[in-house]
Amino acid sequence: MKFLKAFGAFWYDFIIGDDWKIAVAVVLALGAAVAALEGKLFGDHGLAILGGILIVVFFAISLAIDVRPRRPKVDD
Amino acid sequence: MSAATWGLLIATFVACFVEMVEATTIVMAMGFTRSWKSAMAGTGAALAVLAVVTTIAGYALTTWLPESALQLAIGGLLLIFGLQWLRKAILRSSGRKAVHDEDKIYRDEVAAAKAAGEPSPGIDMFSFMVSFKGVFLEGMEVVFIVITFGLNAKDVPVAVIGAAAATVAVLAIAVVARRPLSMIPENLLKYGVGLLLASFGTFWAVEGLGIFRAGRHSLAWPGNDAVIPVLIAVWFVLTRVFIAALRTNAPAPAAVEHESSRIGEPAT
Repeated sequence: MKFLKAFGAFWYDFIIGDDWKIAVAVVLALGAAVAALEGKLFGDHGLAILGGILIVVFFAISLAIDVRPRRPKVDD
Repeated sequence: MSAATWGLLIATFVACFVEMVEATTIVMAMGFTRSWKSAMAGTGAALAVLAVVTTIAGYALTTWLPESALQLAIGGLLLIFGLQWLRKAILRSSGRKAVHDEDKIYRDEVAAAKAAGEPSPGIDMFSFMVSFKGVFLEGMEVVFIVITFGLNAKDVPVAVIGAAAATVAVLAIAVVARRPLSMIPENLLKYGVGLLLASFGTFWAVEGLGIFRAGRHSLAWPGNDAVIPVLIAVWFVLTRVFIAALRTNAPAPAAVEHESSRIGEPAT
């Protein structure tokens, strides 16, 4: 069990790293592109360009979350 | 040698160079503070495991996976690595994150090594494990970069030569300098490598989406491989726009923010 935990932690550190939002952004962008592919909305070139745009958009959103002003915590 | 071959050589050299600098900082901290024998044993063990992983991963990826699945898996990973590097470059250049400082990281590693108590006689497990983990984690990224860039250019040997040359160069500098390699413009190099990884990652991951359609053949970008320089230019312009938009006059955090706070983890 300890080995499995360490093994999982290693791959989490390696792939996800210190900012999980980037990995989520990539998965969401590619997922949205797959949805467009399944919907047969575009041809090959159109899908490729849409995929690129989606990656940029989701990356920008993850950055915006990073730099958003945070409200100070208020103790109850 | 063609321009494409030079491009491949330079890309893998720079990417491996940056990773090697970080691994070397960790190994030097363990060597100077606790035990060179154990630090070098940990480094050797990590390199041996990396060689096995590279062989198995390379064989499995090229033999068992359809081309589009390979592109999606490797492209997705490259994209995650590349965007993480670009995110840090953007936050650092806009003054929202302290710049990467190899001296500070070295001091932190030394402090942790001293806090771990006296080195045990024979093989010091603390030095061994920290060096092993540092070299293995940094090395895994190099393995992915070498395999993906090499396969993409259909010239893995050149990619391996680029990585090996970077390893030799960093080791030579470390032996001569005998101190943390903070003189190397790491932040600039990381930005450049981030642009390359994000661009190749975008290209491959999107091509690999073809795995989800009948026939499983890859999607095609307009212009095929010729679109890669365009993607690099697009990511460069976008990062400059993000930096300008996010620039802040507030002072950046005084201390280096460790990308990974636990000792031995890669500070990418």
